[in-house]
Amino acid sequence: MTEQKLKIAARNVNVFYGAKQAINDVSIDISTGVVTAFIGPSGCGKSTFLRTLNRMNDTIAGCRVEGQIALDGQDIYASGMDVVELRARVGMVFQKPNPFPKSIYENVAYGPRIHGLAGNKADMDAIVEKSLRRAGLWDEVKDRLAESGTALSGGQQQRLCIARAIAVSPEVILMDEPCSALDPIATARIEELIDDLKERYAIVIVTHSMQQAARVSQRTAFFHLGTVVEYGVTEDIFTNPREERTKDYITGRYG
Amino acid sequence: MISQFVLLVVLGLGVAGWFAARAKAQALYTGRGSLAAVPSYHGWHMLLWIVVPAVLVWAVWGGISPGLVRGAILADPAAAQLPAFDMERDAILAEASQLARNPDAAAFNPMAQQLAEVVRGIETRFAMIGAALAALTAFAGGAFGYTRVKAGFPARTRVERATLMTLLVASLIAILTTAGIVISLVYETGLFFRHVSPIDFLTGTHWAPRTGFDAELGKDFGAVPLFWGTLFIGAVIAMIVAIPLGLMSAVFLTQYASATMRKWLKPALEILAGIPTVVYGYFAALTVAPLVRDFAAAMGAENPSTESALAAGVVMGVMIIPFVSSMADDSIAAVPQAMRDGSLAMGATKSETIKRVLLPAALPGIVAGVMLAVSRAIGETMIVVMAAGAAARLSANPFDSMTTVTFQIVQLLTGDQEFDSPKTLSAFALGLVLFVVTLALNIVALRVVKKYREAYD
Repeated sequence: MTEQKLKIAARNVNVFYGAKQAINDVSIDISTGVVTAFIGPSGCGKSTFLRTLNRMNDTIAGCRVEGQIALDGQDIYASGMDVVELRARVGMVFQKPNPFPKSIYENVAYGPRIHGLAGNKADMDAIVEKSLRRAGLWDEVKDRLAESGTALSGGQQQRLCIARAIAVSPEVILMDEPCSALDPIATARIEELIDDLKERYAIVIVTHSMQQAARVSQRTAFFHLGTVVEYGVTEDIFTNPREERTKDYITGRYG
Repeated sequence: MISQFVLLVVLGLGVAGWFAARAKAQALYTGRGSLAAVPSYHGWHMLLWIVVPAVLVWAVWGGISPGLVRGAILADPAAAQLPAFDMERDAILAEASQLARNPDAAAFNPMAQQLAEVVRGIETRFAMIGAALAALTAFAGGAFGYTRVKAGFPARTRVERATLMTLLVASLIAILTTAGIVISLVYETGLFFRHVSPIDFLTGTHWAPRTGFDAELGKDFGAVPLFWGTLFIGAVIAMIVAIPLGLMSAVFLTQYASATMRKWLKPALEILAGIPTVVYGYFAALTVAPLVRDFAAAMGAENPSTESALAAGVVMGVMIIPFVSSMADDSIAAVPQAMRDGSLAMGATKSETIKRVLLPAALPGIVAGVMLAVSRAIGETMIVVMAAGAAARLSANPFDSMTTVTFQIVQLLTGDQEFDSPKTLSAFALGLVLFVVTLALNIVALRVVKKYREAYD
């Protein structure tokens, strides 16, 4: 087991879309070296909560967040917080692979370039190679870095998006159903990758697949109707749930 | 008179036929599936058989009867003293025909007055024959249609086919008109190039169109200054104004403006596209051109002209803004939200996202929009007529007056002109060049848009 260190502490978080409350009093700890899975039926608020962790909700009109979310003890909704800096530290991978319509190289170099992480071409080359290697994509694309990122297969595109996210050396990676648009083989590769990555990063994954949550995560939070019904060690949640609703969900009685 | 009456009668017969055929079909109805078509379709089939052949016969008669009428008049003893000379005789006949229709009018030529009575008689006779033929055809068509009303007759498919033919003819008319225009352009251009070599026309730099034919004609029909003026005003100055303003307003409207702001600003911008170009024209001539001239004078130009490429180009650019802006707006909006999120989630700011992701992704659509805007700008006439001037000048100074292809076409074809002089014919050659260029721009732009749409859907 890798060393676990508290990274994000969310306390009594409420999220509103206009007058409608989407998240109700959620408190969760997220640690480095651990994969945390959010499971729950559609519309339960798990994606919404994920997006509050790097303030992607800011881009949605009428969205309001209450409560406290601290990254290394620092409130990310405090007025002095720089969103750009926050998102560089808390990266995100989306449901549908969304590479930019640029070359593979430029896709990975995008983040380092806007944050000024590379001093020269050699530095940038090194960052791109390291990121692609960590994302398990280097061997497949090293000879065609100049080709368009959108020409890759779906699974390769998603790994490219992961490479892109880790190129800015984030501390946390948020994944919003990263495998829902992929076939089982591509899914298996991404899951292996998540397992490799957890040593360096705190990873949060939203998933519809309970098998996936059971395979890749060490902590699981079960969301229902905007609240966290149960949060704990993945093994306990799946084998010995404390709450009736959790048990009903994981045994497939509803969802 | 008679012809309107005939049409009414035929239509009346058609309606009567509709009811008759439907009634017959209803009488044949014995239960579900006993008729191949609903009774009203039999009615429509009958109506078509009555109206269409009768109208066709009537139209054909309308085409051939003037010749027959003329022959009959000339054969009449009253026409014996008519002058033999064609033009004079035609004038008298035309007048007589006018008088025959409008007996109260005063006659210019006494001979026409005498003939009027005869002409009226003959015209009436032939109109009656036409009416009788049409009516006969209607009855014959109706009789044939009525015999077809049978239980197994597929009236519905026949009526569908007739509808299809009608729609086909309607669309062919538009296409044929275009083809006709192109053919006439090409033909007249061919006549022009018989006198002036295309090479002189396309590469010469001296433009002073004149009438009369001689070997030196080519030297005065060099259209390069016109092409230059057109491109300089429409593709350079207007685009320098329209591209940045259109693009920035599109970015603002799609990315920064609140929903309420967008609701008010977008229609306001579209009003620009609704202003008649002639209004832009006098705005350019009366407001912008004097400002440009004063500015040129203040910059130290000697005797700046009131008409300038800059004034026309700037106003044209303003006119084009809505085109560029709405095309850019559409293509930016077509970039998937996921791509925007991807960039924002990397910690890119809004403007970095727009500059590095949205605009490059939307670029094909934006380029296509600009091309359409250019093709519109170089075809634009009113603004340049009012503000750009008439001097065919090869100059890169925007304060100079310049002329464009469209302006020259207007000049060459207005007023009393002989239609076979090289001066007027050159207008067709200019028109053809303009047509080819705008067509090419439109085709390329539409291709680009299509390819781009496929990439994201």
